[in-house]
Amino acid sequence: MIHVQDINKSFGTHQVLKNVSTIFEKGKTNLIIGQSGSGKTILMKCCIGLVEPDGGDISFDERPFSALAEKRKKDIRKEMGVLFQGGALFDSLTVEQNVMFPLNMFTDMTPEEKLDRVNFCLRRVNLENVNQLFPSEISGGMMKRVAIARAISNNPSYLFCDEPNSGLDPKTAEVIDQLISEITEEYDITTVINTHDMNSVLQIGQKINFLYKGELWWTGDKNTILNTQNEELNDFVFSTELTRRIRK
Amino acid sequence: MFKLLGEYLLLLYDIFKRPDKGPVFRRQLLVEFVGLGVDSIGIVAIISVFTGAIVAIQTAYNIDSPLIPLTMVGFTTRQMMILEFSPTIISLILAGKVGSRIASEIGTMRVTEQIDALRVMGVNPANYLILPKITASMLFNPVLIIFSIVVGIWGGWFACLVTGLVTSADFIAGLRGWFEPFTVGYAMIKTVVFAFIIASVSGFLGYNVDGGSVEVGKASTKAVVVSSILIIFFDLILTQLLLV
Repeated sequence: MIHVQDINKSFGTHQVLKNVSTIFEKGKTNLIIGQSGSGKTILMKCCIGLVEPDGGDISFDERPFSALAEKRKKDIRKEMGVLFQGGALFDSLTVEQNVMFPLNMFTDMTPEEKLDRVNFCLRRVNLENVNQLFPSEISGGMMKRVAIARAISNNPSYLFCDEPNSGLDPKTAEVIDQLISEITEEYDITTVINTHDMNSVLQIGQKINFLYKGELWWTGDKNTILNTQNEELNDFVFSTELTRRIRK
Repeated sequence: MFKLLGEYLLLLYDIFKRPDKGPVFRRQLLVEFVGLGVDSIGIVAIISVFTGAIVAIQTAYNIDSPLIPLTMVGFTTRQMMILEFSPTIISLILAGKVGSRIASEIGTMRVTEQIDALRVMGVNPANYLILPKITASMLFNPVLIIFSIVVGIWGGWFACLVTGLVTSADFIAGLRGWFEPFTVGYAMIKTVVFAFIIASVSGFLGYNVDGGSVEVGKASTKAVVVSSILIIFFDLILTQLLLV
């Protein structure tokens, strides 16, 4: 479980996050949604420690994180898996080496054990016979799946996904959503997903946090989001022709 | 200027921490030996052969007094290669080849979030990415420079042989005369300092790229320019300190 308490962040005079407080629950897919510029990426970066909040606290299972020195953040970071928007796979390493990377860095497993774990993770994301390919030799959807395999290879307690479906066709996007949802339940992970894809929201939104102009505007789930009277949320949710038709 | 210097020193502080995992560091080091060192042998050989040949021919051409023995051609070629051409000119060449490679590689990793990925995994990215490059450069560049000196002198000898300006015996006699071993030590000290400058400055500029592909290109160019200027500047300082 991740507690976010009164997080503030400004860049110059522009306040990006205003007293954001929420709880990301264990074993659930927690979504952060909102328009571009609403502050959802910054909120996620604050959670994983890539951006230092100006004020407020973030704690992982009662362990304070944002107040820690960089060196001590390392221990909690080793329990995180992060899926970046572009995958962020290491270009110079093969798929196998990418997934094995956290194991090489933080475990004392034997080479055979590591290979078994890599193959297990790749099978879990429905990828086989791609071990020796480089990131430049695989498709966007496969890259995301390799990135998920890398993120889960070291058995993380917390999984962060930044726009996991960006640049993917609807069918592949659904596969990725399903995969993240299954992994979350299977391993009882606290998963935080940053998205503005309404398909994802309606498919896997077990807890939804809607950010509007840097404030946490609404909290709910995939069942309540379609029936809310919140004007700003409705503007966001029903901004496309498809969702407007669904509403009718 | 002072802000940049401060950021550079802070990055060096992160770089020179103990590697997260020894075997991973050693493997990275081997990769960098190949990428930064072995892959540069070709260009070093070509430039050194021609430089040595040109120095020998120009020296022979300028000796028009019968009082100056032709053995001076071998002597001058050796001294020029050891004192300046190999350590400084080859380091400038490597600043172009290796410096731009380091800056663009690390810069691309920055803009594609690979460095962020390392950091959120709990890895020290500066240490993981830049320390092997600095270590490999400081260990392998002296090998490249000794190779350059040998190949350059061979180029000078071969040029004399082909043009007939100086006999092989005269060239070799000059080559073997008035040799001071410290000159090689001086060349090696310069090489190691220049290697550190190339790898650390290029790493710093790549690591701090902010933006996209245009900024990566700019960082790559800046790495070559700044490294080259610093090499020339430290060449002067080290020469004053060690030779005068």
